[in-house]
Amino acid sequence: MTAPEAPVLEVREVSKIYGTGDARVHALRGVSLTVERGDYVAIMGASGSGKSTLMNILGCLDVPTTGTYLVDGTDVGALGDRQLAVLRNRKIGFVFQSFNLIPRMSALANVELPLAYGGVGVGARRRRALAALDQVGLGDRLHHDPNELSGGQQQRVAVARALVTAPSLLLADEPTGNLDTTSTGDVLRILDRLSSAGRTIVLITHENDVAAHAKRVIRLVDGRITEDHRQAPVDGPPPRLAAVAP
Amino acid sequence: MGALEVLRFAVRGLTANKMRSALTTLGILIGVAAVILLVAVGEGTSRSITQNIQRLGANTLTVMQSFSGGGGGGRGGGGVFAGGVVAGPAQQQGGTGPRTQAKELTIEDARAMADASAAPSVKSVSPVVSASSQAATYQGASHSIAQLVGTYPTYFEASNKPVAKGSYFYNDDVTAARKIIVIGQTVADDLFGSVDPIGRQITITGVPFTVVGVLKPSGSSGFQDADDIAVAPLAAVQQSLTGYGPLGQIIVQAKSATAVDAAQSEITQILDQRHGITATATADYRILNQAQLQETVSATIGTFTVLLGAVAAISLLVGGIGITNIMLVTVTERTREIGIRKAIGAPRGAILGQFLAEATMLSLIGGLLGVTIGFIGSRFTIAGVQPVIVPTSIALALGVSVAIGLFFGSYPANRAAKLRPIEALRHE
Repeated sequence: MTAPEAPVLEVREVSKIYGTGDARVHALRGVSLTVERGDYVAIMGASGSGKSTLMNILGCLDVPTTGTYLVDGTDVGALGDRQLAVLRNRKIGFVFQSFNLIPRMSALANVELPLAYGGVGVGARRRRALAALDQVGLGDRLHHDPNELSGGQQQRVAVARALVTAPSLLLADEPTGNLDTTSTGDVLRILDRLSSAGRTIVLITHENDVAAHAKRVIRLVDGRITEDHRQAPVDGPPPRLAAVAP
Repeated sequence: MGALEVLRFAVRGLTANKMRSALTTLGILIGVAAVILLVAVGEGTSRSITQNIQRLGANTLTVMQSFSGGGGGGRGGGGVFAGGVVAGPAQQQGGTGPRTQAKELTIEDARAMADASAAPSVKSVSPVVSASSQAATYQGASHSIAQLVGTYPTYFEASNKPVAKGSYFYNDDVTAARKIIVIGQTVADDLFGSVDPIGRQITITGVPFTVVGVLKPSGSSGFQDADDIAVAPLAAVQQSLTGYGPLGQIIVQAKSATAVDAAQSEITQILDQRHGITATATADYRILNQAQLQETVSATIGTFTVLLGAVAAISLLVGGIGITNIMLVTVTERTREIGIRKAIGAPRGAILGQFLAEATMLSLIGGLLGVTIGFIGSRFTIAGVQPVIVPTSIALALGVSVAIGLFFGSYPANRAAKLRPIEALRHE
């Protein structure tokens, strides 16, 4: 359905308005953005800059008021409810600030969940979930419930869950916002590794240290892009890969 | 996303909050068990009463002194009749007009009814006198016989009381007023225990009787022991115990089931003539027709069963509302979880399926446990009634409980499925 050279993300003149009348809030005022396959983009901005709104639109959780948005060349605005669910399942992997693992389900079951919704068979599901957990270094915590894991471990499970479906795009919304420095390092190292393996990542943060790991940094102020700065080439390794992974 | 997967999610959802699930299940359990048990009790009551009526004998009419209005009372203890059913009169002769003189039932009445030319549909006529609570003793053992009946040998067939051991008495014995007696199983057990009672002599209020037979046990009728009975020749009982007063009742056996109504009109005619009852006078007797009695009673019991079932159905409905309530709470509580599931690509159908499956599972488990409890409960006698399970009530209760799960679960499940992921995720 899409040519191989189509960008992973293409956002054209997207704006988002909340509320009506005097209470109207322009969260986004005409944002255009294209993300190539294999890129590692950090979107930065103070709170209220609209970065969370952008993230929700990129993740197909919210729809823009105006403008179009394409994932892998597919116009999201034209999709129905069911197709959106399939798109979220196959093309996008989410990592949230507050982890958002499903309570009372083991790490393994949490990672298997997107595959279950995607209709993957039980055997393949188990194999892929184990591989994903192994990739984030949690091969020994398979049967722990989220409340038995540390914050860093929970976030690594969330990363495993996000990448288990091999999505075109990994969306991370302040993935390190609730983590201590050690865990932050762990998670960022994983993201760097994924990026160097060719995975497309869009990360939202307000910390410069975190943004420093990205190949490209976009700054958002009052719903507009004010700065678009490339730190490393799209097809090269992420800038901090060497620094954090000896 | 297979159906099995949806079921597994539902099981996980239910076991996450075991106490709540158990209590919700309990609501349905009680409803289903109540439906099954109460309908079973109704059916049991109906069967036991039908049995009691049948125990009166096949194709029989019972003629009794009428106690309504003035006239002679029921001397000679004729109030209790054979099967132990005390029901309203199935048929009362005549209207409420004035009565000149109430006549009592006599042997002569009975003889007239036995006249083949006047009453061709009548097979046999058995005049009955009875005495209640007669003290019987045998070698120091004593027992109060609930009902001592003095009658003719035809009584055994007409009132459906065959002899299991020994023999009946015969017409000769009646004419000769021989002091012989056929006793019921309860009397035999109490007086003789393991000893064979045939040929032994018992004393009833001072009068010696020789036991010639033991009646086949007919089983307890629930309220009264039908085996606590003794049957002796009419003349012997009148001579020694009740005196030559009026008859307690006359049991008339018709030639066949179809001849019962004909027999009734024949004996009505005979009695009207003999007692001088005209169109304007109230009859001084009444005739219990077994078939009519049974019809009336089954109609009453039917209403009664429907009533019981309706009460139970209400509790099932309340259980269903309990499911809606708890599922709504669950959906609200798990809004965030629903958001996460949607964010990672759960289609609406999967969410809907999961919550519907949870609700249906709650009600199905409750229904199955309810059926089990109903089964176990029906093994016990409830208020003197042995419940009889009606299979359709099980199917109905189970079906309704599943339908309740689907119906009452659909609202909360729909609400869950319709949640927008972005709002669900923001929910705290």
